[in-house]
Amino acid sequence: MDKRMTATDVVGRLSDGMTIGVGGWGARRKPMALVRELVRSDLKDLTIVAYGGPDVGMLCAAGKVSRLIFGFVSLDLIPLDAHFRAARQSGSMKNIMELDEGMLQWGLRAAALRLPFLPTRAGLATDVETRNSELKTVTSPYEDGEVLMAMPALKLDAALCHVDHCDERGNGQILGPDPYFDDLFCAAAEQRFVSCEKILPTAEMTAAGPVQSMVLNRTLVDGVIEAPFGAHPTSCVPKYGIDVDHLKVYSAAAKQEGGFADYVNSFVSIDPDAYLEAVGGADKVGAIPAPVF
Amino acid sequence: MTPIEGKDYSLAELCIAACAEAFRGDGEILASGMGLVPRLGAGLAKLTFSPDLLLNDGECTLVSEPIPPGPRGSYQPQVEGWLPFRAVFDLLWGGRRHCMNTPTQLDRFGQQNISLIGDPDQPKVQLLGVRGIPGNSINHPSSFFIPNHGKRTLVEEVDMVSGVGYDPDRWKPGMNADLMELRRCITNLAVLDWGGPDHQMRVISLHPGVRFEDVQEATSFPLAQIDGLGETAGPDAESLRILRDVLDVNNLRATVFPEK
Repeated sequence: MDKRMTATDVVGRLSDGMTIGVGGWGARRKPMALVRELVRSDLKDLTIVAYGGPDVGMLCAAGKVSRLIFGFVSLDLIPLDAHFRAARQSGSMKNIMELDEGMLQWGLRAAALRLPFLPTRAGLATDVETRNSELKTVTSPYEDGEVLMAMPALKLDAALCHVDHCDERGNGQILGPDPYFDDLFCAAAEQRFVSCEKILPTAEMTAAGPVQSMVLNRTLVDGVIEAPFGAHPTSCVPKYGIDVDHLKVYSAAAKQEGGFADYVNSFVSIDPDAYLEAVGGADKVGAIPAPVF
Repeated sequence: MTPIEGKDYSLAELCIAACAEAFRGDGEILASGMGLVPRLGAGLAKLTFSPDLLLNDGECTLVSEPIPPGPRGSYQPQVEGWLPFRAVFDLLWGGRRHCMNTPTQLDRFGQQNISLIGDPDQPKVQLLGVRGIPGNSINHPSSFFIPNHGKRTLVEEVDMVSGVGYDPDRWKPGMNADLMELRRCITNLAVLDWGGPDHQMRVISLHPGVRFEDVQEATSFPLAQIDGLGETAGPDAESLRILRDVLDVNNLRATVFPEK
């Protein structure tokens, strides 16, 4: 089956009110080309589930998000996302489910395994428990009788991820050192869309890295989208690191009236080739070193 | 870098040594020092009295020796293992970790807040979110470094309980509070633990020139003190040499407490 499609095709498969999971972690390997396509679209009232970075900030600033399920929102080398902060501090983003990072993983895993919940201690005795009234506890049926958090399945209508390579059948390869939770986002979702730096013939892809880099098998993927530098301004190591200079431009847009609209005009309302030129071109982005923490 | 009067080390170096002490006896677990001083503290513990500690690089590898913060020059991290985020969660829920971080607010029972300041529905300041702190704090030992000991940080009530503490009202019957432990809180004034009445905060040593009254004055809730309260032990000559020549060759510790 040929699963190749365009970012526009992806948006055509989504609808208002959907729950959408976004792979990656903070400012690392976010499917930003797809996120920019969401910003350009008419979609609204989305519930976003993420280990958040500029994906969350940008979608909040664009008014696309009616509910946010998150463990954090950070640009990593810049600790806080200015647009997310603005949305929270203005009171426009009250409908949130703030979770422990591990609870978020657990919710995705429960959905992936078609379980109603998975037990954990994370969240107990904190305001994660008290501020999310939908969270319930469960008592161990065994001798210990321990009371645990019953982390509910986080079922996604769609998942968006970005990886290094895919073949046209939907096998996906991650060459960076951390797969984050992209496979879980895909396994928890009804529809799974994966952008990649390059679509390769299967044999060429598997030759490009160790077999462990083949993180996504094709049962986890419905659509593959070729999007070179599609994670920019987040990283897709080893090909390119986090573009801190661009994230500063992005962040500054939150500080002034109409700043985000200007940002959208300059960097979102343009096609991918123009975007790459606007952020300095392939040579410049490709030379951004991997981040050092 | 100005030494503390009468000492051959600075306040930052004293705090790093005190942070290292928090990891004493931890054995073969991951020591996570979040931020410069905790990171250098964990590294100093590893290079002196807790050699079995595991360290990571803040990304996804375990390293067999501490990476000097700042520009690395020709230094190559000494990788000894792979620890992607999914493995971090497994490791910490299994209890094989001790994390030290800098909370924005901390209460008498050690409940910390890193999420936001103000009303949780419309915060005055939105911070990171709870991150992994709820799962960390309930599963393994936690310690804190607070560079600005004051009433805005050590508060009567935190705005969002991100990490568990010893507040009895938070623990419902059947919940397991036996796996958590709050070890130490190192501040710019003193070292504290939770050995006070009902696991409330207690001063266990004072930094040179600081009186108990100064610490109490800078804290929003009443503090206990250990019998025979004395001075915080500074780094010995060997620890100072390691800190200056190996761990922090870029002298980033000089930036922790801005010179007046």
